[in-house]
Amino acid sequence: MAEHTLNPNTWIDKYSDYLFNYTISRINDREIARDLVQETFFAGLKSMKNFKGEASESTWLISILKRKIIDHYRKINSAKGKAEVRINYSDAESEGDWLEEQVADPFDKTAEDKLENEELGDAIMNCLSKLPEKQATVFRMKTIEGLDTEFICKELDITPSNLWVIVHRARQAMADCLETNWF
Amino acid sequence: MKKSFLFITCEEAFHICDKSQYGEANGWEKFKLNVRLLWCQVTRAYVKRNRKLTKTIEKGHVECMDSSEKNDLKLRFDQELKNK
Repeated sequence: MAEHTLNPNTWIDKYSDYLFNYTISRINDREIARDLVQETFFAGLKSMKNFKGEASESTWLISILKRKIIDHYRKINSAKGKAEVRINYSDAESEGDWLEEQVADPFDKTAEDKLENEELGDAIMNCLSKLPEKQATVFRMKTIEGLDTEFICKELDITPSNLWVIVHRARQAMADCLETNWF
Repeated sequence: MKKSFLFITCEEAFHICDKSQYGEANGWEKFKLNVRLLWCQVTRAYVKRNRKLTKTIEKGHVECMDSSEKNDLKLRFDQELKNK
């Protein structure tokens, strides 16, 4: 039985940051990330009739986005040709060195850390998308974008004490969510 | 009840702790928070959890669309919705 429904009117507010962060941590280009997120929403709109309701709205949109990201890499790879790595050894004696180069460096944890940070970023944005709209907006502006209290209050037409109440509630909800999904 | 010069309530402590996560608590507020931390377990737990959240978010390096990017996307998407 279908348990989930789609409501495209709320997609941009609820999922654009989540999808954007997911993309930028994998693509590293703001403009392309923005385009891919837009394409994802448009594709979602076109294929709404195929939605069976078995997955949540966010999972369904992420699965479309993943395909878009794969397509993007396919496209740039076919344009560039296959990547090649060449190593030139200067003398015959050092030719066997490739064996050592293939051994994993135990001190190099960059790739592992990057992967963990990507997953953490996804978990944070997933939790953020579950907050009520006002809380999510204030939390995003204050915590992620690092904007001034005064600026946010002007933008959203709220008082500073109102802002801090919203921030407090949002932080509580975020901590609860991350405790369940990450810590 | 008269507001104390040095001793603050739990709610005030939470508020100062929230502000200090964004570097917006002043020295006196931080001092009052530290005094409360000496004896209040609830505040201690809150501060610990709040700091952990701040560190976690920093570690996640999350990025968002800025307001103008989001508004552009919203306009284009609304147009697409209308055409559907």
